[in-house]
Amino acid sequence: MSDAAKAMPMASETSARARIKRYSVWIVAAALLLVMPYIFPSGASITTMCLMGIMIIFALSYNMLLGQSGMLSFGHAVYYGLAAFATAHMMNWAIKAGVPIPLPFMPIVGAAAGLVFGIIFGSVSTRRAGTVFAMISLGLAELVYSSSLILRSFFGGEEGISADRTKLVRFFGYNFGPQIQVYYLIAAWCLLCIILMYAITRTPLGRMCNAVRENPERVEFVGYNPQFVRFIAFSLAGLFAGVAGSLAAINIELAQASFVGAAQSGAVLLAAYIGGVAFFVGPILGAILVTLLSIKLSDFSEIWVLYFGILFITIIMFAPYGLSGLLMMHAQFWRGPLGSRISRLGKLLGAYLIAALPALIMLAGAILLIEMIHHVAQKGAEGANMHFLRRSYLTVNTHTAWPWIGGLVAMIGGFLAFRFTWPTVASAWHQALLDTQRSSK
Amino acid sequence: MNSAVELKSLEKRFGKTEIIRGVSLDVKSGERHAVIGPNGAGKSTLFNLISGRFMPSSGSIHLRGENITGLRPFEINRRGLSRSFQVTNIFPRLSVWENVRCAVLWSKGYKYSFWRNIDKLEDVRARTQEILEQINMANRAEVPAGVLSYAEQRALEIGITIAGGADIILLDEPTAGMSRSETEYAVAMIRRVSEGRTLIIIEHDMGVVFDLADRISVLVYGQILATDVPAKIKSNAKVQEAYLGAAGHD
Repeated sequence: MSDAAKAMPMASETSARARIKRYSVWIVAAALLLVMPYIFPSGASITTMCLMGIMIIFALSYNMLLGQSGMLSFGHAVYYGLAAFATAHMMNWAIKAGVPIPLPFMPIVGAAAGLVFGIIFGSVSTRRAGTVFAMISLGLAELVYSSSLILRSFFGGEEGISADRTKLVRFFGYNFGPQIQVYYLIAAWCLLCIILMYAITRTPLGRMCNAVRENPERVEFVGYNPQFVRFIAFSLAGLFAGVAGSLAAINIELAQASFVGAAQSGAVLLAAYIGGVAFFVGPILGAILVTLLSIKLSDFSEIWVLYFGILFITIIMFAPYGLSGLLMMHAQFWRGPLGSRISRLGKLLGAYLIAALPALIMLAGAILLIEMIHHVAQKGAEGANMHFLRRSYLTVNTHTAWPWIGGLVAMIGGFLAFRFTWPTVASAWHQALLDTQRSSK
Repeated sequence: MNSAVELKSLEKRFGKTEIIRGVSLDVKSGERHAVIGPNGAGKSTLFNLISGRFMPSSGSIHLRGENITGLRPFEINRRGLSRSFQVTNIFPRLSVWENVRCAVLWSKGYKYSFWRNIDKLEDVRARTQEILEQINMANRAEVPAGVLSYAEQRALEIGITIAGGADIILLDEPTAGMSRSETEYAVAMIRRVSEGRTLIIIEHDMGVVFDLADRISVLVYGQILATDVPAKIKSNAKVQEAYLGAAGHD
């Protein structure tokens, strides 16, 4: 009987307790979105969180393609950007014609635009998977981007299409002038989209997407057309990307050609991949981190894009399942009595800290060298002095030998020390595994 | 008796190479029909033609009288013909449960639904459970299919093949690479799951073939040498010469 019970993993998930547990995640998420502006009340934080919310929707929609259905797209910004333009035009039309559509409903316009373009371009590109699909996505992205420079009436040329969100009819007295009101608009749409996209993974189509990702040929022999599965997934991904693009246009009251560009398509790929495409939460984590880095790193360095690239390469090489993959690797230690869970992870964390110190020294040395090379090569005319990490109290004279020697020593010494601490981490990991096995017996 | 699958002067060429050279065959509804023949005779190609994986170069294929030549595999599958593969063809990173459930969904009419919670589909759940019990894998439901043993993967392959409730089943060397005891176990399972259906099976193990089949077709170099009941195939001089004499002793 216990075998039969085990054989019904889905039956246990419909039990009342599991249902409360499942909904509690959404309640916590809603509460978190609600209180975030009170925890981080500054204008800059609100702006950052708005961008995060938009990126979360966009990255999750991208993962409907990459993680769920195995489609590597290089042109997902097409649906994001076109929806942004559709929204901006719709807002301007509503203002001009006096049609009473309040701002919170504008993302529906974006969703419709994303869906329509998803259907049009998806019907071409989803016929093939793998490399062919990736190449077609790249071609379509280029096509749309170059049309954005030609069709000036729709794309508005270099200035783009601006739209004043405060001129729309008010929504319960809110005119969405203050950024905090826009934050709550984005947060509400973000939560709705997350719930819907999660729900879709648990439908017949969602599961067939996984099957198509795993083995499209076999899918044909269980009655499904894998091309049609990809097509629907692609269209729905376009819809949600459209919501994100629409919110982006609302957020800055502008839709620009760069919204459909390759950099935007690349950003969403990076966010999804850094967060990890194998788990639903991965792109959420990735979107938050990538948004934060792209805003904060520029405070410290002019060449932050380089460090961003290095982070991406590091993740691909050493943690191919991304941040969520790393977290899930540690979830296996979260078993047995609470005390032993905490002590187990505590010991592991201790080992990480020991390894982190030399790693940070290595990193600091490497960054110092890179920044000095950049300073000498690009800004030699400004003199010998460089503000390391853009901090005036960290002024470094690049014309003397010591900073160069120091950077080199820190980098190489840090690397050697890091190698030296690695066995500590490995043995701590091994211990945690053994400990988990012992306590779960 | 009605015909389940009928092939009419079927031919398949790859470039200049002729693999199937005019095969005509009538498999009756409800019979267990074995296709035997030496390596390279075109047995798997024949299956690929019937199941829609390849297009025939000429000739036609009929399913219960309906011409299905040129239809896509999923269209043929929806008409009640399902096949397994010689090289295990499953969804490796999905659980055993998910593997079988994917194969159940279409037959229960859920198509491309993205508005129904899959875990609440009681008929799908019950059918998946039933299949897992038929292939004796109910206690392996949560295991990713990619880490199963070879024999288990072969059993899962058959589970996926029968899950949609097709009444015509094509099995391509289901016992290849299995030990004696695994083979006996698999044959018992095949006998069980093909009860009341039409079965076409490619098999190298003559013990299995003569044990299981109602009729046998011998395919040699892309042509059918003989189709008959097992006893007559055994005593057929042409078959002896072309195939059984050599392969029967290995």
